[in-house]
Amino acid sequence: MERRTIFGHRLLPLALVAPQFLLTLIFFLWPACQAVWSSLTRQDPFGLHSQFAGFDNFVELFTDPLYVDSIGRTAFFMAAVSLLSMSLALFLAVFADREIRGRTTYRILLIWPYAIAPAMAAVLWILVLQPRIGIIGVWLNRNGVAWDYHLNGGQAMLMIVLACAWKQVSYNFIFFLAGLQSVPRSVLEAARMDGARGWHRFRTITFPLLAPTTFFLLVVNLVYAAFDTFGTIQALTQGGPGKATETLVVKVYRDGVVNLDIGSSSAQSVILMLGVIGLTALQFRFLGRRPPG
Amino acid sequence: MAMLEVTGVRKNFGETEVLRQIDLSLASGEMLVIVGASGCGKSTLLRIVAGLENPSTGRIMLDGRDITSVDPAARDIAMVFQNYALYPHMTVFDNMAYGLRIRGLSRDDIAHRVREAAGLLGLFDFLGRKPRQLSGGQRQRVAMGRAIVREPKLFLFDEPLSNLDATLRVRTRAEIRRLQRRLGVTSLYVTHDQVEAMTLGDRLLVLHQGRPAQLATPMEVFEHPADTYVAGFIGAPAMNFLPARLTQNGGSARLDAGPLLHFIDGRRSGNEGTALTIGIRPEHVQLVPNGVPLRIDLIEPLGSETLVHGRLAAPGETSLVIRLAGKAPEGEILTIGFPPEHIHVFDAETGLRFH
Amino acid sequence: MNARRDPVAHAILLLGVILFVAPLWLVLVASTQDSATIARGDLSLLPGDGGFTAYARVLKGPVPRMLLISLGMALAIAIGKIVISVLSAFAIAFFKFPGRRVAFWLIFITLMLPVEVRIIPTYSVMSDLGLINTFTGLWLPLIASATATLLFRQVFIAIPDELVEAARMDGAGPLRFLWDIVLPVSGANIAALFVILFIYGWNQYLWPLLVATNPKLDTIVIGIVKMIAVETETDWSAVMATAVLALLPPVVVVVLMQRWFVAGLTEGEK
Repeated sequence: MERRTIFGHRLLPLALVAPQFLLTLIFFLWPACQAVWSSLTRQDPFGLHSQFAGFDNFVELFTDPLYVDSIGRTAFFMAAVSLLSMSLALFLAVFADREIRGRTTYRILLIWPYAIAPAMAAVLWILVLQPRIGIIGVWLNRNGVAWDYHLNGGQAMLMIVLACAWKQVSYNFIFFLAGLQSVPRSVLEAARMDGARGWHRFRTITFPLLAPTTFFLLVVNLVYAAFDTFGTIQALTQGGPGKATETLVVKVYRDGVVNLDIGSSSAQSVILMLGVIGLTALQFRFLGRRPPG
Repeated sequence: MAMLEVTGVRKNFGETEVLRQIDLSLASGEMLVIVGASGCGKSTLLRIVAGLENPSTGRIMLDGRDITSVDPAARDIAMVFQNYALYPHMTVFDNMAYGLRIRGLSRDDIAHRVREAAGLLGLFDFLGRKPRQLSGGQRQRVAMGRAIVREPKLFLFDEPLSNLDATLRVRTRAEIRRLQRRLGVTSLYVTHDQVEAMTLGDRLLVLHQGRPAQLATPMEVFEHPADTYVAGFIGAPAMNFLPARLTQNGGSARLDAGPLLHFIDGRRSGNEGTALTIGIRPEHVQLVPNGVPLRIDLIEPLGSETLVHGRLAAPGETSLVIRLAGKAPEGEILTIGFPPEHIHVFDAETGLRFH
Repeated sequence: MNARRDPVAHAILLLGVILFVAPLWLVLVASTQDSATIARGDLSLLPGDGGFTAYARVLKGPVPRMLLISLGMALAIAIGKIVISVLSAFAIAFFKFPGRRVAFWLIFITLMLPVEVRIIPTYSVMSDLGLINTFTGLWLPLIASATATLLFRQVFIAIPDELVEAARMDGAGPLRFLWDIVLPVSGANIAALFVILFIYGWNQYLWPLLVATNPKLDTIVIGIVKMIAVETETDWSAVMATAVLALLPPVVVVVLMQRWFVAGLTEGEK
């Protein structure tokens, strides 16, 4: 999509692009290249020298059962969060799309969680599910259910899935609602006249027409679950107990910042980078769009 | 028993009364055209019959069954939408098969019906295509095909030709008429185009601001319009309206422009001097040697005929359009006459036909 | 069919609203209750007797400074990113200059990499630049990604040629054109982006955590996570009061500018 460029100046546009370009270079491309370079090096135990190590870091990662576990864990987490969050959002959007009184109010009340920081979502959920102070957490423990996600790995995973999916519903809701509203009313009326009621109409007409939105959101949700959930997980479980909730991004943090294993964490970062590029490229292929914001 | 009976239907949107007291009944196989200007309520009426809107009061009976509160999916009615409303993600075949699949017809039945309709509409080669690969005219035919395969009790057409270009419109109009006759399905057709109305309808319902102005056959509506609205709406160029007064004991009308017009179909009851509106169609105004002088303002040559816009002499300088066969006449003034068998008499206040 | 009365829809939406408002309600009421009571596990669903005492407690400590830091960071990111994106999008959309294509594609690539992925090398760059533990270090790297530039480019391209030509005929140079015409026309997009970036900036966790070890530079989000990390002697009502304060600005921004920002989000998808 081009426009007939109008102004013939040469220096001015360069000056205008310069800030963005510089920032991108310094804080984006350079670190990304450094990450790639670091992933190909090994450091000695004192961090003084680094040696070119080819793909050693990568090989080590993929033969490390802990890392492979982490991949599986993250994949499960991403799928669970995306599925849960998107289904709930779609469900609510369908009903918020109907012409009922007060639907604007409903919408605002369902959209507001967009403002919550991932780390803050953790704080909110603590009040719900923390075993000693959370309303439901306490209730569970007092009624015979041994609920403590600090001790039980499965419960910890459940906890972060719930908290992370919950937070993302509002974003998905916004997009699903817009998508539903872009389905032409007359097509839905034609389906009604053809005899399609409620669920059948949704399944055969609305949902297929929603496919672009759904696909777009799927990619966004997967990226969200992979990265943006860091704050929530760190605040709730710090990746524990043990490694039960250590997703790939948490592992990068642990290995890189806490344990200062630059080579390994860089390699992990590079792998994640490739993953994101792959997902975004896929999205482009099928939609020609990119995630906003 | 009538196939479709609409009784006492009214529709209000908040404070606005969109439809007032509509009653009509259609015989089986009949095509009724609802015609009127934008905003007259015709689409609303159609949607009420379809079940996409609820009437504020009134009842709809289809083939003896009260469908007023029945869901559109269960009414056994098929509708052709103005912008076709085809399912964009389905092929032409699937678009037409959709309603049949819901009804649980066998695959063979469905295939048979769809192919039959496709044959009728010339869509055979397009069955595998998606709507975005079709032209406007083709999409329109798919929309009709989708309605035809359902073999419903009633067809509804919501201005199906308005998105087509002029030549296609004329051709498709004839096709619709032929199809409807051949299939014999009772039909309600909504349009704002009076030519479509005249050519397609067995009967017309002219709607004016939600009110039924006249319900009659096309010729009846043309030759004996019930009021000035109908008279001015049907026929192009529109009927001329001349102010006049009742005189001679109800036997004549004195035009404000001067001449006296004698009624040949009997006296009218009313007081001397009652204000009237006399209507006469442009094609009925005649050129007569000692007639009323008409000053020519504009001549529009159409080839086979000519439209002359002019003004009668004072008072009021009433403007007039006359349609003459052949070429434009010479001169600046024409003398015209109003043959008594072609004049329409309306009450100037109510607009209704004056008896 | 006018589905004005739709009890099913109302019921479901009500349940949805409860699901999404309940945690907020809990935080609010918790901030008014007694910390010891909460710690015992007796959090009540109703507002407590504490009133606003927790807030008073909390506002004495580092919290106001943290709020200020968060505000500064959010504003810096929102305004900073909008300014450089508008300028570069303007250049890309309205000029022909050498390296234009290259610039575009380079910027395009930045879409694909969230900060968490390039975090450690970015840290070393910051270190080299001497920006560790500085306020500038908190936000500068976060405006490097070019999503906004692409958005604005799309908006600017959609401006009709006639408008540009008319302005030129009227004697407007490019910068004038930008200020008088392009900016007002893109007003809604700028507003939407402001909301999105403000939220993004306010809600940052990982980066500020890394780049600033000096507690004086903690954002409010970091502050809260630190508070709940010590789970044994936590002053819960204080934590919740802080949480409410931390939530207030972004929520207010979202709710007030809701229409714009929803339009901006979904329009960007097209």
